[in-house]
Amino acid sequence: MSVQDYTSRLSDPASRKMGTFSYLPEMTKDQIRKQVEWVVKHGWNPAIEHTEPQFAMSNYWYMWKLPMFGEIDVDAIIAELDACHAANPGNHVRFVGYNNFTQSQGANMVVYRGIPV
Amino acid sequence: MNMQTSKRYDAGVKEYRSTYWEPNYTPRDTDILAVFKVIPQAGVPREEAAAAVAAESSTGTWTTVWTDLLTDLDFYKGRAYRVEDVPGHDDAFYAFVAYPADLFEEGSVVNVFTSLVGNVFGFKAVRSLRLEDVRFPIWFVKTCFGPPHGIHVERDKMDKYGRPLLGCTIKPKLGLSAKNYGRAVYECLRGGLDFTKDDENVNSQPFMRWRDRFLFCQEAIEKSEAETGERKGHYMNVTAPTIEDMFQRAEFAKELGTPIIMSDYLTLGWAAHNSLSKWCRDNGMLLHVHRAMHAVLDRNPNHGINFRVLAKLLRLLGGDHLHSGTVVGKLEGDREATLGWIDLMRDRYVKEDRARGIFFDQDWGSMPGVFPVASGGIHVWHMPALVSIFGNDSVLQFGGGTLGHPWGNAAGAAANRVALEACVQARNEGRELEREGKDILTKAARHSPELKIAMETWKEIKFEFDTVDKLDVQHR
Repeated sequence: MSVQDYTSRLSDPASRKMGTFSYLPEMTKDQIRKQVEWVVKHGWNPAIEHTEPQFAMSNYWYMWKLPMFGEIDVDAIIAELDACHAANPGNHVRFVGYNNFTQSQGANMVVYRGIPV
Repeated sequence: MNMQTSKRYDAGVKEYRSTYWEPNYTPRDTDILAVFKVIPQAGVPREEAAAAVAAESSTGTWTTVWTDLLTDLDFYKGRAYRVEDVPGHDDAFYAFVAYPADLFEEGSVVNVFTSLVGNVFGFKAVRSLRLEDVRFPIWFVKTCFGPPHGIHVERDKMDKYGRPLLGCTIKPKLGLSAKNYGRAVYECLRGGLDFTKDDENVNSQPFMRWRDRFLFCQEAIEKSEAETGERKGHYMNVTAPTIEDMFQRAEFAKELGTPIIMSDYLTLGWAAHNSLSKWCRDNGMLLHVHRAMHAVLDRNPNHGINFRVLAKLLRLLGGDHLHSGTVVGKLEGDREATLGWIDLMRDRYVKEDRARGIFFDQDWGSMPGVFPVASGGIHVWHMPALVSIFGNDSVLQFGGGTLGHPWGNAAGAAANRVALEACVQARNEGRELEREGKDILTKAARHSPELKIAMETWKEIKFEFDTVDKLDVQHR
């Protein structure tokens, strides 16, 4: 294959990435479920955050309610992700697994991608 | 006066074992413990050689001196308390030595190693000597400085979670102008890498002075951040001929607002490195640590210092990243031994595990962990194994594996990023990376022409030389 251009542009908002898994195609429902299971399996606390895409570089996205401490029902977590997405159309919605032992995030991924502006 | 404690001065040479060999000694929690691999000169008994090592690395000298009687040598002396066979090696044995706390200055890695690997390594009674492991008691750990930030703070500062970080050393190592060098950095970062790195021997040569390099690289960072919406860094190497120069470069990097600098802790010197590490914490700067010269010390299986000791002492001195070997690339690395020292870099408590070359339990107290860095001769095909071996808390650095992409650095970076994320996603889904790696990468390449070309370019490269420094775990 002949040499190809790498088409990322400052002027093109679609060039903006959003962390882990943003170089892969947007996840399917089934793929999201497996990532939720991964977080639950580790005993991390599920949490949901969202933002307008133009403010995605901020450390602090809007929290969707509170982290779901102790929640291990995968369907319940997915239902909250969907509710956040429905209430904030056009926003990035990310799924976080808080690890309270490391005081860090064991997982953090955008599961619904907003509309680039 | 207690007559039992007074001794008479008796000039002359005594056998070391009469003073320094104590097989019934139970090590104290406050002792620094060390294990040496010893090959004694012919005719020297193990106990005598072990005692000689204990003596020469602590209070002893070759002859009795009258001033010995002015102090309580039993309180200060190091003691050889155990000898063990080295599996598969008839001439060598392990000597375990306990050193009392009062022998050492608090918080001084320099002081500890001036004793432990000082004169004793040239000592005639031993043919060769290797420091295999050291147990640092919690009082010593707590008086050392440790990583400026540590793994979890770095994740927060750089906003990177749930995956290994991705880097690349800019090549050719030497000879690029600052502006061309900055171009290579920009292309890598816009393509999806988190970091790029100065090579260790890039300091401030006539072809590229440090200040010019820092300025161009900072522009590359800022533009790629605006373009990708992600946080980026370039390890700006502040290793310099003098400490004043080192700090001048570090201060300038801070003025630029760059997130991370780097040093070479062995060639720079431990005291200078410790000062830099403290400066980094005070100034919110991450510190990447390279290990040039380590193989001089750690590669010979019979003489020198095992890398696990060099890794432990770096954690004590301070650093947020440290090169650890890759296991799979072009550089030396026994898998189990590497797994052992990456645990020692990252974990809070590491238990004795001879299968990984770890001789002592090590409690790190509240000291943060260091990111192990896998760098050297690796490319996309190694990604499944690297993610499996190193886990999330690591930095994977592809130099040639990024810059050597047929379409250039940005495409090479994107290929690595896609491969990394595909492996992490698959692992999280419960798939076995090392067995299913080919399938995972092939599927990911359907959405990434950059990855597809990378996989075609590097398919055949392998490095299968035998490891020189193997663990002594079985009789050969």
